[in-house]
Amino acid sequence: MYHKTIPYRVFTVFNNALLTVIAILCLLPMFHLLMVSLSSSAAANGGLVTFWPKGFTFEAYAKTFENARFLQSLWVSIERTVLGTALGMLVNSIAAYALSKETRVFRARNVYLWYFVVTMLFSGGLIPSYILILKLNLIDNLLALILPGTVAVYNIILMLNFFRTVPKELEEAAFIDGAGHLRSFFSVYLPVSLPSLATVALFTMVGHWNAYFDGLIYMKDAAKLPLASFMQTLIVQADMTSFDAAAIANMSQRTMRASQIFIGALPILIIYPFLQRYFVKGIVIGAVKE
Amino acid sequence: MEANTSKRLKFTERRRAEKGRGYKQPWSLHLMVLPAALLVLVFSYVPMAGIIMAFQDYKARLGFIHSPFVGLKHFQYMFSNDYFMKITLNTLIFACSKIVLNLIVPFAFALLLNEVRNMGLKRSIQTLVYLPHFLSWVTLSGILIDVLGQTGIVNQFLSNVFGIQPIFFLGDGTWFRLTIVASDVWKEFGFNTIVFLAALSGINPALYEAAEVDGASRWKQTASITIPSLLPMLIVVATLAMGNVLNANFDQVFNLYSPMIYQQGDIIDTFVYREGLLSGQFSFATAVGLFKSVISLVLIVFSYRLAYRFAGYRIF
Repeated sequence: MYHKTIPYRVFTVFNNALLTVIAILCLLPMFHLLMVSLSSSAAANGGLVTFWPKGFTFEAYAKTFENARFLQSLWVSIERTVLGTALGMLVNSIAAYALSKETRVFRARNVYLWYFVVTMLFSGGLIPSYILILKLNLIDNLLALILPGTVAVYNIILMLNFFRTVPKELEEAAFIDGAGHLRSFFSVYLPVSLPSLATVALFTMVGHWNAYFDGLIYMKDAAKLPLASFMQTLIVQADMTSFDAAAIANMSQRTMRASQIFIGALPILIIYPFLQRYFVKGIVIGAVKE
Repeated sequence: MEANTSKRLKFTERRRAEKGRGYKQPWSLHLMVLPAALLVLVFSYVPMAGIIMAFQDYKARLGFIHSPFVGLKHFQYMFSNDYFMKITLNTLIFACSKIVLNLIVPFAFALLLNEVRNMGLKRSIQTLVYLPHFLSWVTLSGILIDVLGQTGIVNQFLSNVFGIQPIFFLGDGTWFRLTIVASDVWKEFGFNTIVFLAALSGINPALYEAAEVDGASRWKQTASITIPSLLPMLIVVATLAMGNVLNANFDQVFNLYSPMIYQQGDIIDTFVYREGLLSGQFSFATAVGLFKSVISLVLIVFSYRLAYRFAGYRIF
């Protein structure tokens, strides 16, 4: 009824317009910078670029990709993302399976759960963690970027809640056929909960790709910096020493920075549609408990 | 004799069957938790033991065993330090403004989004506003530093349209505070609407149908059905946010601040980083970090208890 009244129609028009404007405003800064990155350095430095490239060129991107240090850190990031996600998913999903069993089946379940949850509530903090990595001799080692964050308790809890929604009958059928818990996990639970696990995997990947701080403090050797940390030193600390002078001379730092920002964010933008399709569902499934 | 054997056979059979059903082999379940448990032991519990250095004058060459104990020296110094009071205040200002705005803005946005009937438009808006959540603060700071710079597009716009002198968004203390809070809302408000949209979709449509029959206007329906139905979720989210009162977001501040505005922009976490890793004051920095962790722990436990008591909320 109410949709047909005139005040509501007026409201709808205004509301739609308002929300559209807000949504566009959200992305406008990124769009502007993308245009800067595609413009000639003269136009960018003169502040002539608004929402359309002036003197369209890919030069800034080409220069960035010619930089050996940039490519090195790109590779480090790919390595840490792939290895970190694979290891994290394996360790966390197996643990989540065991913890999804009821106390009747797995008596130590609650003890383990609290053992994990405590680390969510309290941590040793920055300095002790740093000294630990130092003592373990993991400075400049890729493992320093992977191992400390492997166990993500929040993800374990999410997956544990997915596993609880798997019908018991499937598992019982597997047990009758002689499967053990490991087998039941890999052959029954894993295939059944693949879409939900994909969500968690995507989030883990985004986390690894975006992580910059661990690289900043644990990687003393600049050649081992992951891309996010490299970007942080370049863009935020504005330290351009790792680019050779000749490369910067005929380029404006502004277009270079803009192009690096987009290259750094590109993988996230590519997987974003997949993320979006899954995450609402994933979060809702994880949040619903019987 | 025969009866006995068959009885024993039956017994072993039953045991085997039970084993087969997975009820008698928790060792394999222990094995499955083991890798995660070990990693947590090394990378979470060992650093917790390292907190002992907050009560020592830790020297790398002496180690944890031989470094001298100094009791509460670092804590006394911390509380008598004016600068520490300042950064605690900064942290509280940032965190509390973010908590409040990150509740109100997503709540209002979810209500307005709920009125968009055109599904295509609704989806497009959602896609756009969720995106900043997934970009890192390194990326977003890079964008903000350019856009908000003295010659950036925002200042260009302000001077061309309103004739305002360039504003130092990141170089002036007051503007810096505003920028921090506003940019955090920009990044997170879209994503934070998700919980409210989920709660909205859970409202029983029969309530609205009944209201229609009674001739209630949409505003009346919103005020009497929608908002009361969302209230429990709002209360849970607000309660849980209490745990973040000392969490001003290290990544954001670290990537946007500069020595110029430390007085109004420095927070506990960035201070711990500079004191500890850049100046090498390991023990003092650990003490400051511990102060923050303990208060946060108390707040989190308290807020979860409240949320459980009043809304039956639990995480597992």
